[in-house]
Amino acid sequence: MRNFAHLSTNNGEVYAGGRPASSMFFLEVKGLKKSFGLKPVLRSIDLTLSGGERVALLGANGAGKTTLLRILVGLTKPSAGSACIDGLDIVRDARQVRHLVGFVAHQPYLYDELTALENLYFFGKMYTVKNIQERASLLLDKVGLEKSARERVAVLSRGQVQRLSLARALLHSPHHLLLDEPDTGLDQEGRDLVEALLAEHTARGGTILFTTHQLERALQLSDSIIMLNKGRIVFQQKTVNLELDKVQRTYQEVT
Amino acid sequence: MIFLEQVITILWKDVRYELRSKQMWTGMGLFALLVLVIFNFTFDLRVDNAAAIAPGALWVAFVFASLLGLGRTIAAEREIGSMDRLLLCPVDRKAIYLAKLLGNMLFIGVVEIVALPIFAALFNVPLFVGALLPIVLLSTLGIAAVGTLFSAMAAATRARELLLPILVFPLIVPIVIGAVRATGTLLAPAVNEPPWLGLIAAFDVIFLTVSMLTFEYVVEE
Repeated sequence: MRNFAHLSTNNGEVYAGGRPASSMFFLEVKGLKKSFGLKPVLRSIDLTLSGGERVALLGANGAGKTTLLRILVGLTKPSAGSACIDGLDIVRDARQVRHLVGFVAHQPYLYDELTALENLYFFGKMYTVKNIQERASLLLDKVGLEKSARERVAVLSRGQVQRLSLARALLHSPHHLLLDEPDTGLDQEGRDLVEALLAEHTARGGTILFTTHQLERALQLSDSIIMLNKGRIVFQQKTVNLELDKVQRTYQEVT
Repeated sequence: MIFLEQVITILWKDVRYELRSKQMWTGMGLFALLVLVIFNFTFDLRVDNAAAIAPGALWVAFVFASLLGLGRTIAAEREIGSMDRLLLCPVDRKAIYLAKLLGNMLFIGVVEIVALPIFAALFNVPLFVGALLPIVLLSTLGIAAVGTLFSAMAAATRARELLLPILVFPLIVPIVIGAVRATGTLLAPAVNEPPWLGLIAAFDVIFLTVSMLTFEYVVEE
């Protein structure tokens, strides 16, 4: 296993596996394990992200990527180990942590029979977002759905639903974005839009942890990549000066 | 205040969702009417035995129709993956339970309002709306309180349609007995009857308290 413990943020801050030096927003995972019955899905994951950092999680199906994200957003409880988000424990302080994370999953987590705007109003109220009308309109505009605001989600295309999911995840201005294959169903314009939204989020000091099966996309969007295989981190490296060929070769070797 | 707002928001969402999808109300309403009609044909109804048969028929129709709806509320959330989304929100789980309970009561209540006049016509019995209202309200609360909790439990399993009645029926037996006897007393007044309404109310308090306290552990992993 190649373990590059010293990752640097895109602000140039260097830290050594522990809490970032100066950033307020950080995500820290220590010895995280998860088993479903007797089957181990995550085996002692250690990971740290600090403000402004984007990390891509790569791995074959069943490697544990989605389980890791679900644990970090509080939908699944870890079997062992710990994870902190901005100093709050994800299990003990679950309710406060939920205010800090935005999650885009495989499923859109939207209500088909409600309109795009109604969905955002609903989730805005759940997160007690102030000025929800302005915020919802702004986000719909940002994701290019201003003309579909009053259409039911059931009649939107897969790409439009994915855009709306992104808007939903950003609604409460989370510090940390956890995205499970955010490009799903998006055309080139949609992918550009994702890129712009992610850049804007990290520019404000937020962190992003996302999964993808597209190695080129991982290189393009992240500051560092992590490869998982059978629940273990088997490769971890900054993307600066990292060639696609090398990533492809390594991916084939380690997964 | 935030708790109450979140309860109302979830309830508003469920009602709006149901008004547009029309899955639950139509099914529950038709089912209740069919049960009443079948009972009407099956039994040899006469003036002297209507008071003995009618309350049972009414509550069997209500209970079975309720279970149809109770099975849908949280199962529909899980099917579209949004129970996770709801659980992901920083919302008190008691608020989710209370909203689902109120939603279920509303859906069952509408079915009861539609079914009651038809019941009165089919069985040729008076309605006694004023006296029947607390019986229906308290019994519906008890059925919905247990049903909402167990529908969340059953929704996580594959055999949820089968599991829900098996889990709920035994628990709501005291409420059904109380409701049938209290309704029967309205149609044919009897002496030395136990305070059925008080019994139903006591079960409501127990079911509601236990359900509120345990819902969080049922819906979360």
